[in-house]
Amino acid sequence: MSQDVAIRMTGVTKTFGTVIANDGVDLDIRKGEVLSLLGENGSGKTSLMNMLSGIYYPDSGHIYVGGNEVSIKSPKDAYELGIGMIHQHFKLVDIFTAAENIMLGLEENGRPGSKSVTAKIKEICDNYGFEIDPNKKIYDMSVSEKQTLEIVKVLYRGADILILDEPTAVLTPQETEKLFKVIGNMKAAGKSVVIITHKLHEVLRISDRVAILRKGRYIGTVDTKDVNEQILTEMMVGAKVSLNIERDEPVNTVKRISVKNISCNDREGLPVLKDVSFDVYAGEILGIAGISGCGQKELLESIAGLQEVSEGGHIIFSDPKTGNDEELVGKSPRAIKELGVSLSFVPEDRLGMGLVASMDMTANMMLKDYNESSGIFVDKKKPEKLAKKIKKELGVVTPGITTPVGKLSGGNVQKVLVGREIASSPTVLMTAYAVRGLDINTSLHIYKLLNEQKKNGVAVIYVGEDLDVLLELCDKILVLCGGQVNGYLDARTTTKEEVGMKMMYLSNHGGK
Amino acid sequence: MEQILTLLQSAVVFGTVIMFGCVGETISEKGGNLNLGVPGIMYLGGIASLAGAYGYENGVSNPNGIVALIIAFICAFAASVLGGLIYSFLTITLRANQNVTGLTLTIFGSGVANFFGGSLNKMAGGVGQISVPVTSGMYRTGIPGISGIGFMVYVSIAVAIAAHIFLSRTRKGLNLRAVGENPATADAAGINITRYKYFATCIGAGISGMGGLYYVMDYIKGTWANDGSIENLGWLAVALVIFTMWKPVNAIWGAYVFGVLYWLYYYVPGLGRSSQELFKMIPYVVTIIVLVVVSLRKKKENQAPQSLGLPYFREQR
Amino acid sequence: MSNIKVVKEPLIRFTKRTDISRTKTILIRAAAVVLSLIVAAIVIVCVTGLNPLEVYVSMFEGAFSSTRRIWITFRDTMVLLCIAIALAPAFKMKFWNIGAEGQMLVGGIVTAGIMIYFGNSLPMPVLMPLMLISSLVVGALWGLLPAVFKAYWNTNETLFTLMMNYVAIQLTSFFVAQWENPFGSNTVGIINANTQGGWFPAIFGQTYVLNVIIVVLIMIGMYIYLGNTKQGYEVAVVGESENTARYAGINVKWVVIRTMLISGALCGLAGFIGVAGVDHTISTGTAGGRGFTAIIVAWMSKFNTYTMFIVSFFLVFLDQGAKEIASSFNLNEYASEVVTGIILFFLLGCEFFINYKVILRNKSKEEA
Repeated sequence: MSQDVAIRMTGVTKTFGTVIANDGVDLDIRKGEVLSLLGENGSGKTSLMNMLSGIYYPDSGHIYVGGNEVSIKSPKDAYELGIGMIHQHFKLVDIFTAAENIMLGLEENGRPGSKSVTAKIKEICDNYGFEIDPNKKIYDMSVSEKQTLEIVKVLYRGADILILDEPTAVLTPQETEKLFKVIGNMKAAGKSVVIITHKLHEVLRISDRVAILRKGRYIGTVDTKDVNEQILTEMMVGAKVSLNIERDEPVNTVKRISVKNISCNDREGLPVLKDVSFDVYAGEILGIAGISGCGQKELLESIAGLQEVSEGGHIIFSDPKTGNDEELVGKSPRAIKELGVSLSFVPEDRLGMGLVASMDMTANMMLKDYNESSGIFVDKKKPEKLAKKIKKELGVVTPGITTPVGKLSGGNVQKVLVGREIASSPTVLMTAYAVRGLDINTSLHIYKLLNEQKKNGVAVIYVGEDLDVLLELCDKILVLCGGQVNGYLDARTTTKEEVGMKMMYLSNHGGK
Repeated sequence: MEQILTLLQSAVVFGTVIMFGCVGETISEKGGNLNLGVPGIMYLGGIASLAGAYGYENGVSNPNGIVALIIAFICAFAASVLGGLIYSFLTITLRANQNVTGLTLTIFGSGVANFFGGSLNKMAGGVGQISVPVTSGMYRTGIPGISGIGFMVYVSIAVAIAAHIFLSRTRKGLNLRAVGENPATADAAGINITRYKYFATCIGAGISGMGGLYYVMDYIKGTWANDGSIENLGWLAVALVIFTMWKPVNAIWGAYVFGVLYWLYYYVPGLGRSSQELFKMIPYVVTIIVLVVVSLRKKKENQAPQSLGLPYFREQR
Repeated sequence: MSNIKVVKEPLIRFTKRTDISRTKTILIRAAAVVLSLIVAAIVIVCVTGLNPLEVYVSMFEGAFSSTRRIWITFRDTMVLLCIAIALAPAFKMKFWNIGAEGQMLVGGIVTAGIMIYFGNSLPMPVLMPLMLISSLVVGALWGLLPAVFKAYWNTNETLFTLMMNYVAIQLTSFFVAQWENPFGSNTVGIINANTQGGWFPAIFGQTYVLNVIIVVLIMIGMYIYLGNTKQGYEVAVVGESENTARYAGINVKWVVIRTMLISGALCGLAGFIGVAGVDHTISTGTAGGRGFTAIIVAWMSKFNTYTMFIVSFFLVFLDQGAKEIASSFNLNEYASEVVTGIILFFLLGCEFFINYKVILRNKSKEEA
């Protein structure tokens, strides 16, 4: 093994239930390099790195650090090997100061707030060009400050290999610039930096080499100077795979929902959706593509009445029965339902939002329409029949319809949820990652169900991560990039590369 | 003037009982464990000290004050820690619900204490009251040259200050607070959650139990009464934790404020007996107001530890 | 070589059970009760030197040896059960109502007040409903306050309701002093001892039949409410996940407030039963810690009101029995709390073995 290899992973495999997150991955991280780990959503980048940081333990394969085989069982082990990871969700105690967070769990001398600790923090900051106030509380910090703090925390623990999981996803362009400068400084100091990302221009700008993962497999590593966006996109998305999804031409399409100038912020007050406008047609499947977390969730929740929308935005529903136009913005889910809008929604968080984990299938069937029967009692007969029907038709594997859905496997949970939402004969059907965690046959079955809905004149919105599916299933594809609309494409004529590029590159003219 | 002095003195004595209870409970809550067994633990501490002292004073012909003091202290501390250990084992290892386990501990502690207390009273001569004059006398000794108030009053202040320093100035205290705020983060930082929670709850229980010891040895002068006073004081200690906003150093004045509020009725002229009862409500009403104001202001440092009452399991996929 | 020490698989490991049969669940609980009785027996022997079997037999006699005793056992069961039922919807919603003690007391105060001022002037058909409704209303109001703060400002309800108990206790002391009878006794005495105005009437010649009727009706009603009504369904969804509740179009704040109104009202009703149906007086001991014991009953019964009946009955049986042994063996009655505490500890601990499987190291396959 050559001397300049900091970490070598060989044949690393990790599975979660039936899903293979990483399949025999080989990867070298060299000393003093910036390595980009590139891949689509769900390609296994984060889980691979989590095995280095001690969050997951590989099912098989070997990890060598500095030439020695190691077994990393906890974050503490990783720290001792000089590996530090900055996760997308920061691990900080809100009411502590920066300094207190940095020294959490360390056994060294020096009490909180002491000079020696502050001095060491200052030294790190000066060396790498960080700006951090050791006495500032976390809850007063911006996202970028928190990220900086996480990096300092890792360096304080003596990390030589830093892994950053999508570090720029939450930063402004100026903050990103600052981060890149710091990464440069760390590289100059001989540290290895791994950046998990799918932003091509950043990859090209700061990394020395790029490793590409696709669907859990290692595709290859290339020197950045030898490649361009085109080549990287092709390596990332791969050749088009035909799935043989039957797609009928849409007939009798009418405008069902018109989204106009929707903007909203997340809990931290940062903008998630920026001036999004598009139309959804009945009898069509509209695919929504985008890298994860760029507004898909908020967009669907805005339509469902679960997300507050900034002033000036409108969501107009054209009622097929009355022909009236109804404004949905500012209405609660119940108010929307009382308008007579039959809206089905398969949210991304299945057990935390779409279903009640501790309840059985029958009780979950009536989650959205328990209130529709008359009288004070719930009607259990209808949901029970529906539960039996879904169990049979979708092949839900469960001991019985009285088993709490939380005890079912991910795929079966998904079937229960999708089954219920389709069964309510909606006029609009929204699904977020409807086939995530499902095997290919079940996925095909779900596509069939969606196509049936389309034929019945339902306006279907399909948020997906697999570009092959989006291209074959949908009629139109809306591409979101950083919370903005970055393309409204015809799924029949566009290419995988075009969608992939639009997901990652915000074109200046955006919109339609 | 003299009245104010006696009021203050009663307040200090009263406050000392709940200050111990409060400081112990604060340490436990800082580690994320809401132990509603404080009254039970104070009961256990009280009865154990009494039983230990009684056994010693009746077992030897010429009991030595210092030995008696130490025996009572060790018995009280050990019994309280044992109570904390039962709670910890059930809530931390066996993941039982904290509220329910705490309440059960209160029932159990009150049962044990009153059972043995009643029996001791009987053993002490049927009609008579149990008394441990030597031990109680030692505990009521003041510090010469400073005051006539029992030395435990100063111990309680020292404990509160020590707890404050531990929580705010030491690494272990910092780690403990992290466990109570955000155990997942603490876990990722390599902190042994289980060990911290056990230690905080058990040591906290030991400190709370000192309230029982003080109550028995000084407040009621080495006797026993099955009148439920300790239980009421225990709940006041829980209230005081909220009132002090989880800062032991505030307990030093907070406990005395509670004492003043509690005894105030005695010194306000012209109160009928019924109005006196309304006066005794004040500490609780004030606590509720503090609780509400704190939650309205949303200042993060003053809130209860964020994961208070919640069990922690390492996430697994 | 790795510089990380080899981590051995721990001696015992716990994994979450995915499914457990009903029989097994009952067996584990039964084992816990048996174990706890053995531990309690050892304690009894060590402390008193008595034969524990004799003690248990004597406990049984204490609760069941005469019709009167059986009725008293039932009477006390009903009050405890009523509070536990009252707590069920709040707990199911994951709202920790620790304030049953206070909610019951205020219900008791208003009942006692009506008995004192109107007990001899109003006719029974007016008096009873008046006391019933008043106790429901004040109990509900006592529960409303923490609920509103929880719903709108997320004020910690455990601590809030706990404090409300002591406000209620002092309020009770205030009224006890107001209504003192005879003067100087510091008690209210038996209210309307001669006229029995406002007392529950005897039915079929038995004093406590009405108590049983009311609580059994509530028990059945609450079972249906939680299991079969839309409101009960909403309570369950809110308790599981607020996000899901919003997704389902449920108004979470209103459900929190409505549920606490119900919970508080039924606790107030327990006060009505305790005062008009049992004690015929009011004191700070009217609730007597049962507001706390009921929390344990409700929690251990997993919100099933029929199970609550069994658990309440069991605890009251222990209590009655302990009083009996206290007198027959010359012990004191707090022995019951000791035994109760031990049994509850075991029952709380055994839940773990229902939810988790214990795996010993040598039984699990070795990792490569």
